[in-house]
Amino acid sequence: MADALLEIEELTKRFGGVIASDSISLCVPKGELHAIIGPNGAGKTTLIGQLAGEIAADAGRIHFEGRDVTALPTDRRSQLGLARSFQITSLFLDFTVLDNVALAVQAHAGHSFRFWRDARSESQLRAPARAALARVGLAGRADVVVSNLSHGEHRQLEIAMALATRPRMLLLDEPMAGMGPDESARMVKTLRELKRELTILLIEHDMEAVFALADRITVLVYGRIIASGTPEAIRANAEVRQAYLGEQEQRHG
Amino acid sequence: MIASLTPRNVVVAVLLLLLAAVPVYAAVTANAFLVTLFTRVIILGIAASSLNLILGYGGMVSFGHAVYLGIGGYAVGILAQEGVTSGFVQWPLALVVSALFALLVGALSLRTRGVYFIMITLAFAQLVYYFGVGLDRYGADDGLTIRRRSQFDDLINLSDRTQFYYLCLALLLATIYLIWRVVNSRFGMVIQGARSNDRRMRAIGFPTFRYRLTAFVIAGAICGVAGALLANHTGFISPATMHWTRSGDLIVMVVLGGMASSFGPLIGAVALLSLEEALPILIRAMAFPVFGDAAVRMAEYWQIVLGPLFLLVVLFARGGIDGLLAGARRG
Repeated sequence: MADALLEIEELTKRFGGVIASDSISLCVPKGELHAIIGPNGAGKTTLIGQLAGEIAADAGRIHFEGRDVTALPTDRRSQLGLARSFQITSLFLDFTVLDNVALAVQAHAGHSFRFWRDARSESQLRAPARAALARVGLAGRADVVVSNLSHGEHRQLEIAMALATRPRMLLLDEPMAGMGPDESARMVKTLRELKRELTILLIEHDMEAVFALADRITVLVYGRIIASGTPEAIRANAEVRQAYLGEQEQRHG
Repeated sequence: MIASLTPRNVVVAVLLLLLAAVPVYAAVTANAFLVTLFTRVIILGIAASSLNLILGYGGMVSFGHAVYLGIGGYAVGILAQEGVTSGFVQWPLALVVSALFALLVGALSLRTRGVYFIMITLAFAQLVYYFGVGLDRYGADDGLTIRRRSQFDDLINLSDRTQFYYLCLALLLATIYLIWRVVNSRFGMVIQGARSNDRRMRAIGFPTFRYRLTAFVIAGAICGVAGALLANHTGFISPATMHWTRSGDLIVMVVLGGMASSFGPLIGAVALLSLEEALPILIRAMAFPVFGDAAVRMAEYWQIVLGPLFLLVVLFARGGIDGLLAGARRG
């Protein structure tokens, strides 16, 4: 695909005898919100780990904006515009909310071998950080130490930090995990806004959110793609219903 | 360093005033020992402050930091032995060799974490320790007497106890100020972020290794200068200066005084060295009425009191003495 922002070819990862990624090939064009669903242990987070550069793939290639990034370390991929959020919140707990986001801004504002000037007084770091907080609805919590935030606020901050790196693409690992209905609705609203300007790869268990947001959905089971298509096609797909959606309906029913 | 009248700021201000007044008091009471003691406190305060940069702010538990005291000391001692007594040569050399050694140790150790990091820094320090023990030309195990203090032409006379004291105090304040600037700069935010969550730092785009390595080198360089001061102070350098227990003392100073606090390491150095001097006297005085002459023997076991004191601080005051003074600052 010519305008593919992210292109994955035959990505494979084994942990011992377990295949976490079974020659996954996937193409995400610019502007798409692509959701990846699948039961627990399907290898969704492992896939994000490989895309972000934390886990080395055993085989296959990853192209971002036409460039082969398979061998690049995490920080270089971030510099190219690939930002991730974490399923298990990964923040600077002993920093304030604003310091967390300002650090993400700083990572993309040239090198940090600057030893003298007070970083907390630099408006070129603080202003964009405040803007990112405003977008996720945390503007009023800027000066709170992160360990004192609620779980839902942690999830919002996760997104704000990814946004503050001014990415071209967001890799979101279950942004709604552990959220209440109100918080989830809020997050869906935020993601719907972000979707207008960013390409997003979304992993999420909340099916309502996924079907409301996604342009395309890929279903992963035991590391293998069993289906990929529009929400309507996925909903109608018999194999998916059996492997995944049906299982849920049974549980709910 | 905001100048409001919090208990902590008052304590720090009083401490600095007392330190500034030590030579005056010593001159009035003709008690030269106090100057000697507090020169040592100040020099180790510089060393502990440098360790605080990587341990307190950077989360790097270097268990070999005293090695830079040794390297700096030997730079002065060996040059003096070979007839080079100029401080303009000795001190920069102490700084540069320490920095280069820190670069080597850091480049290898910072690729590891936790216990492995501690062990590698310890191993390197022990390596240099035994190297010093084998230095037959420069006194080996017995060490090396430095007959002439570093010469700075007419600028300052280090043989003058008072001049040397105030030079050390000035360097201490300069060190604390420098580290305070550094930890609040962009660079400082990066090393503190890497302490807090290195994985996230890389995910948001920081190549953290090079920043942590730079901090490690800065800390080594500052401690190397402290080593040059210490060698001038004692007029003597031996491998014992960089024994691993000395590295442990520096860690105790930082933890006792308060990690990631500007004046914490100085407070820790004052507390530890004062207790070392005062506890035997106190124990003797308190035990004498009850136990008579046996009190002298009991005073030799002053560390039995120091140990639990340190334990209490670690258990109940995570910010060290400075944290106690500042109240609950963080989590």
